[in-house]
Amino acid sequence: MSQATETSPVIQEQNKEAWFSPKNRKLISDPLTDNNPITIQILGLCSALAVTTQVKPAIIMAIGVTIVTAFSNLIIAIIRNTIPTRIRMIVQLVIVAALVALVDQVLRAVVYDVSKQLSVFVGLIITNCIVMGRLEAFAMGNKPWPSFLDGIGNGLGYGAILVILAVLRELFGSGTLIGYQIVPQAVYDMGYVNNGVMVTPASAMFLIAIIIWIQRSRNPKLVDIS
Amino acid sequence: MQDLLNIFIKSAFIENLILAYFIGMCSFLAVSKTVKTAIGLGAAVIFVLGITVPINWLLQNLLLVEGALAWIHPSFATVDLTFLSFILFIAVIASVVQLVEMIVEKTSPALYNALGIFLPLITVNCAILGGCLFMVQREYNFAEATVYGLGGGIGWAIAIIALASIREKLRYSNVPAPLRGLGIAFIITGLMGIAFMSLMGIKF
Repeated sequence: MSQATETSPVIQEQNKEAWFSPKNRKLISDPLTDNNPITIQILGLCSALAVTTQVKPAIIMAIGVTIVTAFSNLIIAIIRNTIPTRIRMIVQLVIVAALVALVDQVLRAVVYDVSKQLSVFVGLIITNCIVMGRLEAFAMGNKPWPSFLDGIGNGLGYGAILVILAVLRELFGSGTLIGYQIVPQAVYDMGYVNNGVMVTPASAMFLIAIIIWIQRSRNPKLVDIS
Repeated sequence: MQDLLNIFIKSAFIENLILAYFIGMCSFLAVSKTVKTAIGLGAAVIFVLGITVPINWLLQNLLLVEGALAWIHPSFATVDLTFLSFILFIAVIASVVQLVEMIVEKTSPALYNALGIFLPLITVNCAILGGCLFMVQREYNFAEATVYGLGGGIGWAIAIIALASIREKLRYSNVPAPLRGLGIAFIITGLMGIAFMSLMGIKF
């Protein structure tokens, strides 16, 4: 089965690479592990600090960023040869801003209460460094399909860190998960207190540092030599 | 005059964009390895913030807010274009950054190479758009907006230079290998943020 899906596009166009060749699959899996946008590339931190006090906004934010990154990468890769280099940033930003406006409208139509809760953060996707960083670093020099996969991969890698941070911060900061009480009342009666530091942005910094620590202990190749 | 001084002190130290709001972290962490590049990027951010905040104030108040277009025709008095503010602000920021990029490329190729991808990324530096949005939210007048832009930029530059100096000294200390570089920088920033919390409440 997998052999058939991998070979059929090659038969149709012999010069073209298979759609899910190992190289292309690596584009999606790499940002999840060894080339994570937040912990390795250091992109998109502001929103990581701002939206992760609760899990629900973090998940919606991750989906929004994935969609915007993937489609802006795709569009820029298609028109990359026609953009004059001097005004490329303005072209990129207009496309990103239009996509963000679209995502905002869709959220408003489908899940109105969540979009109301997220309103500021959805706008902030425009200034999310991941989108712009991938456009500059990847989409400007690659074909549309790999760029699209790269966008999805980076969006998912970003989302993974976001959800991890949000789960830890919501669980220890307010004792809930997606709004449901997890820590039972009996524990509070025994003298357990929510950790107030977890609600401040500083805690997100410490948690990201711990994630980096774990990740680099497991893979010494990533250790910063300088 | 005292008001302006208050706003300056507030935006540069008490409500420091990085250390109190954690806005503009990406380039803050990536370009703070040496003091020299940190100074270069800090200067660029001061310049961009100092120009874009007043320009965006003019756009917001002369073009976008409800009633601003009444001078064309009385029927435009009810037009409210504030939903365009994101796109317009970003366009202004992008053009100013492109200008700075050209100037730096011509005058200092070494700095241009050191800043790398983070020079175009000033456009999406949340500190710039964040500064513009705070300016709108706090309803400053033109002079206050200008002072706020400069103060915010200077505060950002102070924070990045401070972190860069600490990281240069850190090179001689024995940090656990997996935490070296980025990891320890996160922890330092968190601690600096907690330290700056103690400045909240200072007022002239």
